Amino acid sequence: MLNGEPYDFQGDTIRDLLLSLEIHGRRLAVEVNQEIVPKSEHDTFSLSENDVLEIVHAIGGG
Amino acid sequence: MNDQFTIAGKTYSSRLLIGTGKYKDFDETRAAIEMSGAEIVTVAIRRTNIGQNAGEPNLLDYIPPEKYTILPNTAGCYTAEDAVRCCKLARELLDGHELVKLEVLGDQKTLYPNIVHTLKAAETLIKDGFKVMVYTNDDPIVAKELEQMGCVAVMPLGSLIGSGLGILNPHNIRLILEEAKVPIIVDAGVGTASDAAIAMELGCEGVLLNTAVAHAANPVLMASAMKKAIEAGRESFLAGRMAKKAYASASSPLEGVIR
Repeated sequence: MLNGEPYDFQGDTIRDLLLSLEIHGRRLAVEVNQEIVPKSEHDTFSLSENDVLEIVHAIGGG
Repeated sequence: MNDQFTIAGKTYSSRLLIGTGKYKDFDETRAAIEMSGAEIVTVAIRRTNIGQNAGEPNLLDYIPPEKYTILPNTAGCYTAEDAVRCCKLARELLDGHELVKLEVLGDQKTLYPNIVHTLKAAETLIKDGFKVMVYTNDDPIVAKELEQMGCVAVMPLGSLIGSGLGILNPHNIRLILEEAKVPIIVDAGVGTASDAAIAMELGCEGVLLNTAVAHAANPVLMASAMKKAIEAGRESFLAGRMAKKAYASASSPLEGVIR
């Protein structure tokens, strides 16, 4: 699951996922199964089937 | 006049804290915030739009964290757990930044704070090293509890978020101020410049607002008005207003009046 929707992904790491989504290098944060995965681990953190991911960014708010 | 204030060890010259929501576009957001002179700027944390955001502009390119103190909020969170999770995502997003605006909401109609969950979330966040600026109601007892827990600023509402109804209970804000040892910032309810001035005249350390500027017919001009109102309100507070009287008191001397 990715941001609440089923998502099919063929790669391995979070980096691969961010590259395939064309958002690698942007200011964002990634959570896998409700645990933060720090940026420093994006290159090496392997994703598994049934992982639940949240990718967030900053938007306008008060 | 050198009149700075300090939050979580950092000193600021502007007592206006401003939100980035509800603007027409990022250009307008940037123009209004620059005009406001604000140094602390709130943002929300939301899911990225998967598959739609390649090349999409990013708010933080317009409001760079190198220039502003970014204050991520927990808007949209209705439980302590969600608010804590949101703050952790914000800290990761902003490279370890620990200053957050905690708001745990009670219902969608009023966006009134859920105090039970706010207290719970504040406790967890403070233990985890966050510097918590907390949105709360205008109850002086709750404000004291939040201060004693270790919140770095307590931010009572003037009236409901986005309502523009102004400071509906200045007496309560005054009660909170009488006992406060951390900055008290009116957060929510300011509709126009005079509302912001009233908050400052009461003795608040600052005002946090968003809709009053973003939904003004001319947001950039209103940002300028808010900047001046907050400066004027602050100076008025420091100057100490005259006593109110029930009857007239002539400003011109009575001696030498022609007969």
